[in-house]
Order: sequence, then structure tokens, then C-alpha cells
Amino acid sequence: MSELLKVPTMAEYMAQGKQPDVLFWVGCAGSFDDRAKKITKAFVKLLNKANVDFAVLGTEESCTGDPAKRAGNEFLFQMQAVTNIEVLNDYEVKKIVTACPHCFNTIKNEYPELGGNYEVMHHTQFLKSLLDEGKLTIEGGQFKGKRITFHDPCYLGRANNVYEAPRDLIRKLEAELVEMKNCKSKGLCCGAGGAQMFKDAEKGDKEVNVARTEQAIEVKPDIIAAGCPFCNTMMTDGVKAKDKEADVEVMDIAELIANAQDL
Amino acid sequence: MSIIPNILFAIILIAGIGYFTKNVKKLIRNINLGRDIDVSDNKPQRWKNMARIALGQSKMVSRPIAGFLHIIVYVGFVIINIEVLEIIIDGLFGTHRIFSATGIIYSCLIGTFEILAFLVFVAVIIFWIRRNVIKLQRFWKSEMKGWPKSDGNIILYFEMVLMTLFLVMNATDVQFQAMHSGNVISQFITPLFSGLSDGTLHMIERTAWWLHITGILIFLNYLYFSKHLHILLAFPNTYYGSLKPKGELDNLEAVTKEVKMMMDPNIDPFAAPPEDESGEEEVAKFGASDVQDLSWVQLLNAYTCTECGRCTSECPANQTGKKLSPRKIMMDTRDRLEEVGKNIDANNGVFNDDGKQLFGDYITNEELWACTSCNACVEACPVSINPLSIIIDMRRYLVMEQSAAPVELNNMMTNIENNGAPWPYNQMDRLNWKDE
Ligand code: SF4
Ligand code: SF4
Repeated sequence: MSELLKVPTMAEYMAQGKQPDVLFWVGCAGSFDDRAKKITKAFVKLLNKANVDFAVLGTEESCTGDPAKRAGNEFLFQMQAVTNIEVLNDYEVKKIVTACPHCFNTIKNEYPELGGNYEVMHHTQFLKSLLDEGKLTIEGGQFKGKRITFHDPCYLGRANNVYEAPRDLIRKLEAELVEMKNCKSKGLCCGAGGAQMFKDAEKGDKEVNVARTEQAIEVKPDIIAAGCPFCNTMMTDGVKAKDKEADVEVMDIAELIANAQDL
Repeated sequence: MSIIPNILFAIILIAGIGYFTKNVKKLIRNINLGRDIDVSDNKPQRWKNMARIALGQSKMVSRPIAGFLHIIVYVGFVIINIEVLEIIIDGLFGTHRIFSATGIIYSCLIGTFEILAFLVFVAVIIFWIRRNVIKLQRFWKSEMKGWPKSDGNIILYFEMVLMTLFLVMNATDVQFQAMHSGNVISQFITPLFSGLSDGTLHMIERTAWWLHITGILIFLNYLYFSKHLHILLAFPNTYYGSLKPKGELDNLEAVTKEVKMMMDPNIDPFAAPPEDESGEEEVAKFGASDVQDLSWVQLLNAYTCTECGRCTSECPANQTGKKLSPRKIMMDTRDRLEEVGKNIDANNGVFNDDGKQLFGDYITNEELWACTSCNACVEACPVSINPLSIIIDMRRYLVMEQSAAPVELNNMMTNIENNGAPWPYNQMDRLNWKDE
């Protein structure tokens, strides 16, 4: 890494008696998955560029419990939730941003009942607000005129009705936003949700990610934009399965914006 | 004038409504077999949802052709039934077209009914063609074999016959035709009966009248046994539908209690578990293996399902050939609930363990583990049914009561337990990306 990323932790802030404006919840994929780590870094670059006062939990962060809950293990989920909430509340966290729609959904919707009340934003919403406040500018750069299609993550779209923030950001890149046959509330799943990411699919005649990638390829995009590390993996695998790696790239919205400005 | 027809009519009416009431009571009892949940919040929003989704059919139009045809049948059916009121009064008191005294208003009303009846007839024929000739995929999935398939068609035949009887009844009503108003459609049917004596016409008119009203009563009683029950239950079902974001799953209260206890440093983990007043230890069951473990709203969902298959046709698992079909989840739940209900009827009001349950005998492992929890089914359902919630409750049973998760998922969960991530990475390495 040529340029140094500024990634302060909550513990460091605490030691200085300070409180950041927002906590960046990195999530398990964003912390450990090689592909997703790139998204994490792209997002941090944007945060640094916009001089956002943020911190991460670092080693104090733990899985939100989403995959356990969706697999039916409510015990494990609530253990994770209660532990995380304790950490978050100890740091008096008010606002959270995350690049993972699963973390976003769980913390926003399922933590309050267990004592965790925060304002939670998906990174596309957060970037959009930085843009609106003039803290971040977006140039088309290398994506000007490119055909980009956005794959709605189920846990951002249908689950939480966020459809426009990611699209607004793509439009700002002066790219041509093309929609798939199934989009927004009718978007087709990538196949990873509900803990499917961690197991083989049941018997069938096709993989879900391939079906979704076929829909994407139908609209002949240069780039498939994603807003979720799991969708990203699924779509990347789908593109590989369809032998289209030379023509189509799968990128997170944060990466698009960071790359457009050569960050 | 003989009063025998009036008495006969009253008997048919009472029998028809009586049997219907009996079944409605059974329906309510069965739904109440479900767990109690509190849905008394935010009434204004609930009424709004009901008005928009059930009354306003807002979800139907997302498929424009079916949506449009459905609205015709729905509006037609509701409005034409105003006519039933007149039929009942006429039938009980031996009057003839009692409302016709209202003159022009009556003409307008009957005129509207006739047009609607005709439109309903046409729409129903198109529906029939979609099901049986074009063979729309969603009506030919495996769970639609046998009764569900016949049910769909029987409803259409019923409506065709009822609409025909209504129009024939008007067409052969000599007095009504002589009024020359309101007979917008039936005047074109009248010529079919030309040459018949007034007496014969009267016979036909009376027959159509009687068949029409008995037909309606039979249809009313058919509802309980049919997917057509949705015309009534869509209203409560959309009212009680979830107001939360679709992504939010409920947090099991029983689990919260235990987790709080485990995490509380002030509680002695080796102390005997607290007993409730009766002295019996309450063992909460986690998740659902049978219908009684589901909430009553989920059971209401099952009775409301109209088997349209919109959920299944949007389901990514089903689209890619997996065994899972959210519609089947709902149909299975209803079938099992009916079975439990019959069991209770046969055993003087108490359920006699029949060695069967929803999990295993109706819904299999393979179906439950194919779900991606994407909510496409929930979004697609025109009457606010949530098949996903049942899938999750059954997974909860499998994992927490049976420890029967697929091996890979067990690995994932062990990882979370041990190192706070679904993969075997050390929690202490969580920030390593920063310097890579
Ligand atoms: S939530 Fe499950 S059942 Fe419903 S559409 Fe998605 S995969 Fe199918
Ligand atoms: S659950 Fe809803 S969408 Fe699915 S078949 Fe039943 S009524 Fe139709």
C-alpha cells in the first residue's frame, strides 16, 4: 500500500478522551475476505479524503450474528448481539456506517430490541450524504460513459427499501446506468443470503449466482456494481462461470468512486 | 298465493348461512391454535395497509394483465352481490324485484350489474385459458397437482355459471325487459328465447333465479374448503401483516431470557433453574416443528393463501430447480392445520397425538435449507403473506432443538462462537487489512 490509510480505533479515541462522529463497522467479510478487504480500503480512502471523523472497533468487533440467526441459531445470534451491544454502548456509539448490508440490517433492525439503539447507515447512503453536504465530490473519470448495472443486495433493497442511494452515486459517475430485467424490489438474489454463503446449494438445475449473472450479462454492462461483499463474491464467481471475465468487472460502489478519483 | 316458496327459501337461506357460520367458527378455532403474538400496535397504519392492499388491490397490478382482470372480477363480484340483497328480500316476502320501485336508480344499478357480469364472465374465461390452455408455469408446479388444480378451475366454473344465471334470469324476465332500461346486456340474450310462451319464459326465469341464489349459497360454503377463502381473509391478513422492515426477523424472547441469564455475572450458573408458581418447570420449545408452534398470524397466512404462486415464481431457489416453493410452505401449513383441526373434532375437542407433524411429514429438510432469506416471496405476495417467517421458525427448531443443521453451517457457527467470524480467522487479526 503506497499511501497510508488513517484507521483510528475506538480504543485510541477513548484513550484521548474523544468521540468520533461515526463508527465504521467493517464486518467479517470486510475484515477477512481478500476481495472484500479491497472494498473496505476503498471506503476508508473516501472517508479519509472527505476528512470524516470516524473510528473502527478493530479487534473488539465481532460477527453481528446474522448468518447464525438466518441459519436458525437464535442463541448464538443473541450472544453475539448482546456482546457487541455491550461494546458499542460502552463506547457510547451513536452512529454507525457499514459496507455490508447484512450487518446494516441486523444492527439497524434487530439490535434495538436487545438494547442497541444507533443510527445505522449503509456506506452508499453515507457516501451520498457526504456528497450532498459537499464534503465529497465525484468525478466520472475512467467510468464516464461506461455501462454499469447495479445488483440490488436483498438486505439493502427489499429488506430495507434502499434503492436510490447507490443508483444516485452511479449516475454521478456520468456512467450509463442500465437496469436488469429484475431490479429494485423485484431484484433477484445473488444466492448468498440466509447463510447460503457458507454451504453448498441444495440440489437443483442451476446455481442462483449464475442465474443472476446471466440477467446482468443480458444488459451488456462493462461493470456490475455491487453494494455487498457477499453479492460481490457471488457475482464475481458468476462472471467466471460464464467466461466473461474479459468483458465484465464486478465492483463495489465505493471502489467505483475511489477509482474514479484515482485514490 | 302460496307461501311454500317463501318457506323453502327461508330454509335454504338458514341452512346455507348456518353451515357457513359453523365452518367460520372452526376456522377461528384452528387459527387460535397458534401461539399468541401482540399485533395491537399502530392501528392507523394497519387500517391503511388493509385499505391499500386488500381493498385497493395495490399489489395485484405489479402483474398488469392478471391484475387488471382480477380487479374486474373482484369489483364485479362485490358489486353484483348487492343484487343478492334484493333476491333475499324477494325470496322471503314473495315480492318481485322490490328495488325496481326506485325507478331510474334501479335501472342504473341493474345496468351496471349486467355490464359487470358480462366483464366478469369474459375475465374468468381468460383466467381459465391462462390456466388450462396457455398453461402458465406457476399454475403447473408440482404442488398444484390434484385438488389445488381442480379447486382453481371449480372457482372459475362457479363464477361462469353464476354470471350466466344472473343474465339469463334478467333476459327471461318479461316485465323487466318491458321496462326497456337497465337491460343493457340481457336484451341481447332475450332473442335466444324468442318464440317461447310467457309461461315457459317465467319457468326459465324462476329456475335461473333459484339456481342463482342456491349457487351463491353453495359458493359461500365452498370457500372454507378452497383457496377462494382469500376473498374474506385477505382483509384481516393484510391488517395483521408485518409493519417492520422485511429484513427484520423477530428476536425470540425465550432466548433473550436465557442469554441475559447466562451473561449476567450476578447469577449463579449452578443454581437450580427458577420454577414457576405451579412448581412445574416450563420448558420453552424453540422454533416450530408443527402448526401449534407457529403464531396465529402465520396460521391466518396459511388460510389466506390463494395459491397464485407469485411467491414461488419469484423465488431464486425455485427458479434454479430447488425443491423449495414458498407457496408449498403455505399450502402444507394449511393442510396440516386442517388435519390437526379434524383430529380435534374427532376427539371431543382435544388433540390426540397422531405421530405426525409439519416438519418431516409435510415440509422437508431439503426445502428449508434451500432458502436464501431474500424476501422475494414476501414482496411478491399480493395479500401480505410471509412464507419466510415459517421457514426461519422451522430452521430454529432444527438447529436449536435437533442440532440438525447442515455440517457446513455447523462449522460456520462454531467459528462464530470461537473467534467471532464465520471463518476460522483469529479475532485478533481483524484489523490486519489496514496494513496489508
Ligand atoms: S425468502 Fe426463501 S422462500 Fe422466499 S423467495 Fe427467497 S429463497 Fe424463496
Ligand atoms: S403466499 Fe401469497 S404469493 Fe404465494 S401463493 Fe399464497 S397468496 Fe400467492
